[in-house]
Amino acid sequence: MMSIVNETREAPTAPSAPSPSPARRLSSVLDRKPKLRLGMLLSLPLLWLGLVYVVAILAVLLTAFWSVDNMTGELHRSFTFDNVHAVLTEQLYRSVTLRTLGIAIAVTAIDVVIALPIAFYMGKIAAPRTRRWLVIAVLTPLWASYLVKAFAWLSLLSGKGLLSQVLGWTPGYGVTAVILTQAYIWLPFVILPIYTGFERVPNSLLEASADLGGKTGRTLRSVVLPMMVPAIVAGSLFSFSLTLGDYITVRLVGGTKQMLGTLIYTDVGAANNLPLAAAVAIIPIVIMGIYLVVAKRTGALDRL
Amino acid sequence: MILSKGARRAFAAITGVILLLMYIPLMLVVVNSFNTSQAFEWPPPGFTGEWWSRAIHNDGAREALWTSVQVGIVATVVAALLGTLLALALSRYQFFGRTGVNLLVVLPIALPGIITGIALNNAFRGILDLRLSILTVTIAHSTFCIVTVFNNVAARLRQVGGNLEEASADLGAGVWTTFRLVTFPQLRTALVAGMLLSFALSFDEIVVTTFTAGAGQDTLPLWIFNNMFRPNQAPIVNVVAVVMILISIIPIWLAQRLSDDVTAAAP
Repeated sequence: MMSIVNETREAPTAPSAPSPSPARRLSSVLDRKPKLRLGMLLSLPLLWLGLVYVVAILAVLLTAFWSVDNMTGELHRSFTFDNVHAVLTEQLYRSVTLRTLGIAIAVTAIDVVIALPIAFYMGKIAAPRTRRWLVIAVLTPLWASYLVKAFAWLSLLSGKGLLSQVLGWTPGYGVTAVILTQAYIWLPFVILPIYTGFERVPNSLLEASADLGGKTGRTLRSVVLPMMVPAIVAGSLFSFSLTLGDYITVRLVGGTKQMLGTLIYTDVGAANNLPLAAAVAIIPIVIMGIYLVVAKRTGALDRL
Repeated sequence: MILSKGARRAFAAITGVILLLMYIPLMLVVVNSFNTSQAFEWPPPGFTGEWWSRAIHNDGAREALWTSVQVGIVATVVAALLGTLLALALSRYQFFGRTGVNLLVVLPIALPGIITGIALNNAFRGILDLRLSILTVTIAHSTFCIVTVFNNVAARLRQVGGNLEEASADLGAGVWTTFRLVTFPQLRTALVAGMLLSFALSFDEIVVTTFTAGAGQDTLPLWIFNNMFRPNQAPIVNVVAVVMILISIIPIWLAQRLSDDVTAAAP
């Protein structure tokens, strides 16, 4: 409707113009050259992402192979393996890497275990109207500020806080607190892909399994679970990667414990040693790289 | 597979409990903003509106709110332009390096924020020789906001297909006319949804912000972070936290109404 009205308004100008305006000439050139069109669409965003982002990431990774003068704090732009060597061999980096990995694995395991039943209910049991409401109910805390959620746990876990008053117990601030808080913060990110996965499992398959005598447990194990692997891996990507890079939560509820994020933060800030920070930053990049390669094999990347 | 009535009820109950656990911490922040105890004692010894009135008159918090709004709006406009261009290019054309471009869009949000943070910090200060300011935060936010606009617009373009655009071209409309009269009206609501999400993302971000914000120019999350451990500021921080929850959730609810595929809203 709209277009018809507008077309008739446009029509008189086109044939009556004896020499086409520059804009119209450009338009007709673009009509004939799809590659030029594509180039114009891509040039601005690629220029931005290339200049702001790619250059920045490459530069910081390159910095890992430079050094800092201890006296003046200036960067020496000559190639050295010292930082990478230090990160690979020193006890501090090894134990912090292992702790960070352990926390990320624990957070992911907790989130997947909690996400499976709720995602199953949302995707396979709830009526369509309820389903829509449940998705919104899960999405709302996902978008509530990350910092506020960590802050909520700071007061939840405090000595006189809700947890110790209701349960009579609180883990205090430390590794357990970090795991609980992170599992809470990333849970909606894990629920959503798993819910989408359950939604994609056709009901006819479940009925077929029942008709062939499969009990509920057997059907879940032999039919549903194998189909759910990509979705579960997709969900775990979020909790795993987001935990690996975290440094806010650990500073709020982690007590004196360090994670890779806090090491990077202090190396950049207090120590003013960007090369060392960059070398530490390579650890989560490599771990995520390995995780992504494994995840790609399960087909999880198409589910993001 | 046939679930018994009992099993269905059990799953419903588990779902209810999980949702309750997801909302309790957020509720706690709201309740604590009225808690007379400055140490967030539970149960609250009493309720007061004092923290709210103190927060409203707190200059630091008000300035931080204004900074956040400015950064969010500018970053969203930049991201809307770049994200839409990318979505049009990637959904309507096949070309060499398409997967690479797709990865490039997702990367700023897929890599841990701290890595993006130190990379941009180094680029601004070391390479471009810029002083960290509201400008550098805005550039950083624009970069990771592109993906939310892109996701929403690209999903809509996939959904509506290219038939109407081809028909428009066959009827003699130029590229610009087709975009203005056919493509844009189709993607308008998805674009607005993407922009709302992008604003919420920018408004909440703290990690990249820590590394790209100038001294004395706190965004609201930075203000919270810097004042959280000052005992006399803690109750005001709680009020600001409630405001943050509201400001980030309202755009999401609006975006929900505009976008048909609700899960596409996730980053």
